[in-house]
Amino acid sequence: MSDEPVDLSTGLSCPLPISEYKRILLAHGGGGRLTNQLIKSIFLTVFNNSILSSLHDGAVFDIGSTRIAYSTDSYVVNPIFFPGGNIGDLAVNGTVNDLAMCGADPLYLSVGFIIEEGLLIEDLVRVVEGIERAARRAGVSIVTGDTKVVDRGKGDKIYVNTSGIGIVFEGVDIKPQNVRVGDKIIISGKIAQHGISIMSVREGLEFGTTVESDTAPLNHLVKSILRVTKNIHMMRDPTRGGLASSLNEIAEAANVGIFIIERSIPIDEEVKSACELLGFDPLYVANEGKMIIVVPPSEVDIVLNIMHNHPLGRDAAVIGEVVDSHHGTVVMKTRIGGMRVVDMLTGEQLPRIC
Amino acid sequence: MKYVDEYREGIASGKLLELIHKLTRHEWTLMEICGGQTHAIVKYGIDELLPSSITLVHGPGCPVCVTPLEIIDKAVAMAGLKDVIFTSFGDMLRVPGSTKDLFTVKSEGGDVRIVYSPLDAVRLARENPNKKVVFFAVGFETTAPANAMAVITAHREGLRNFSILSSHVCVPPAMNKILSSPSNRVQGFLAAGHVCTVMGYDEYFSIADKYHVPIVVTGFEPLDILQGILMVVTQLEEGRYEVENQYRRAVKRKGNIHAQKVISEVFELTDRKWRGIGEIPLSGYRIREKYSAFDAEKVFQVGGLTASESTMCIAGLILQGVKKPSQCPAFGKLCTPENPLGAPMVSSEGACAAYYHYGRRIPRSN
Repeated sequence: MSDEPVDLSTGLSCPLPISEYKRILLAHGGGGRLTNQLIKSIFLTVFNNSILSSLHDGAVFDIGSTRIAYSTDSYVVNPIFFPGGNIGDLAVNGTVNDLAMCGADPLYLSVGFIIEEGLLIEDLVRVVEGIERAARRAGVSIVTGDTKVVDRGKGDKIYVNTSGIGIVFEGVDIKPQNVRVGDKIIISGKIAQHGISIMSVREGLEFGTTVESDTAPLNHLVKSILRVTKNIHMMRDPTRGGLASSLNEIAEAANVGIFIIERSIPIDEEVKSACELLGFDPLYVANEGKMIIVVPPSEVDIVLNIMHNHPLGRDAAVIGEVVDSHHGTVVMKTRIGGMRVVDMLTGEQLPRIC
Repeated sequence: MKYVDEYREGIASGKLLELIHKLTRHEWTLMEICGGQTHAIVKYGIDELLPSSITLVHGPGCPVCVTPLEIIDKAVAMAGLKDVIFTSFGDMLRVPGSTKDLFTVKSEGGDVRIVYSPLDAVRLARENPNKKVVFFAVGFETTAPANAMAVITAHREGLRNFSILSSHVCVPPAMNKILSSPSNRVQGFLAAGHVCTVMGYDEYFSIADKYHVPIVVTGFEPLDILQGILMVVTQLEEGRYEVENQYRRAVKRKGNIHAQKVISEVFELTDRKWRGIGEIPLSGYRIREKYSAFDAEKVFQVGGLTASESTMCIAGLILQGVKKPSQCPAFGKLCTPENPLGAPMVSSEGACAAYYHYGRRIPRSN
């Protein structure tokens, strides 16, 4: 492409830019670029401290001689019941996974409810049972909680917050800054299932599918891997914003290039069809029981072997590697052999997905 | 996925690319009309796999991009009214009007909703008799039948609270406009497959004859596009300028007669201003008098808006294929998807957004 100067006098029509939004848009909560802007320009600036600024899935710090991981997450998914789970499962698994991604063994969780006046008790019970079921499966205890009720119309049925703490496994150091050129990138299974299961029951969009949310606790899988090798550079669960957003975050935080191959990314046929129908790119659709794991080449076979023998890692695959070019950017080789950048989303592809 | 994956397949596309490389002897500039095709080209990296003597320029076929600023401003004004539910395809929400976009209206309390079909908007009207439901009807001949059907349905059901804000445009007059411009560089067209599923391709014969350009009706998958390019280049190298149909699995020469009837029941041709290009005679649809009760511009008196445009953006040159997004000095610097200077940076079919998202701003290796 040439660098010839453009004659702006013949340039036509375009509007004035909207450079800064004065109010919060739904897209500010979408996990994409606008969320990042919010975090960097407001939260990081105001709360400025070194633990927070590492921007990992959870905070990691020492209390006495124990290395603790601590994380919190709020859930506003709509609808609250969906194929494969409910807002309760999601709230437990989400925080458990954030802790697991820090290389920690999750132990204790708190649960806070914000309930809208008029919610059926029966629905609350189903959510609470979901929480109990998920906690039992993950092996964590719910040890403290809180309940608030807001006027009808001031909430949407129920919002759930969970916080959790865990103990980081000895000798494990997981952070984006550890990522090295040559490292391989593994995804633990088929992508985009959670987002599509939610969309399939979203009001006004209902379509027939058997796709279930992949919501699941990854801590047991992580533990099995760390038992065999502690030489893991980075882990992240690609939830809101999908695989693409998480890979971008890693590339940016580690200041490396990430190169992936479209053909190698596992995805279910039905999910692919639904994405096609809705006009979504599955790379940006949320997962709730998947992990990206970045390992040195020497560890690939060991890690894959463990994963393939675990129900949550059966479809695990190497999807790409860390490269010493296009720093901060994810590039993908397409099915027909072309190249494209896999960018971070600007707004949200699907609002209120978790 | 059956009937989709086959058209994104590596071996077949490799063969087509080989044929294109073998056949091309001269320098050619081709334009794909539709924004969907532009996105597939950049998303799969097709343009970078072609011989360097073939240049693809990107056409005006992005409905969001060519919707005039005044119409966006009218949408913003209507969406902010009390008792209005303003419905739209998601793309239109982030397109800046002269003061704000529809997302901002929503955050200020306006009832703005994304729908997937104009019939969903009709359903909303049925379910909310005390609200006025407006559907933002933009697009080419492709979306016109469904929008016309929404009006017919609302008319049949006697709904008094449904209307559409119509900004429909038609492809062939825009092709004429591009080809008759002194700065034109387009030597062959990939015509928009989905427009042709509705309209057929009879209209293109006179254009091909008049301007001596080959026109190939082309689909949207990588293999479709590669085959369409092969067909256009073959004609160019042989000195032919005919109308051919690559997208035979979807397009018939006469198009979809029933859909055409539905369009002409509700709409009639009118002169239309295209954002970035200017007014083109008989290039748009307006609602016929018979259905004026469903014409949002008549239902709501929000006229008299004068819109001011920035001079930084070269959207007009891009939509006419004179420049590529990467040749715009604002591209990726002053103009990004977060801070768009123009609609082509916003829309999922906009050429600038395609270049930005799929990384034509970053030097690459591999």
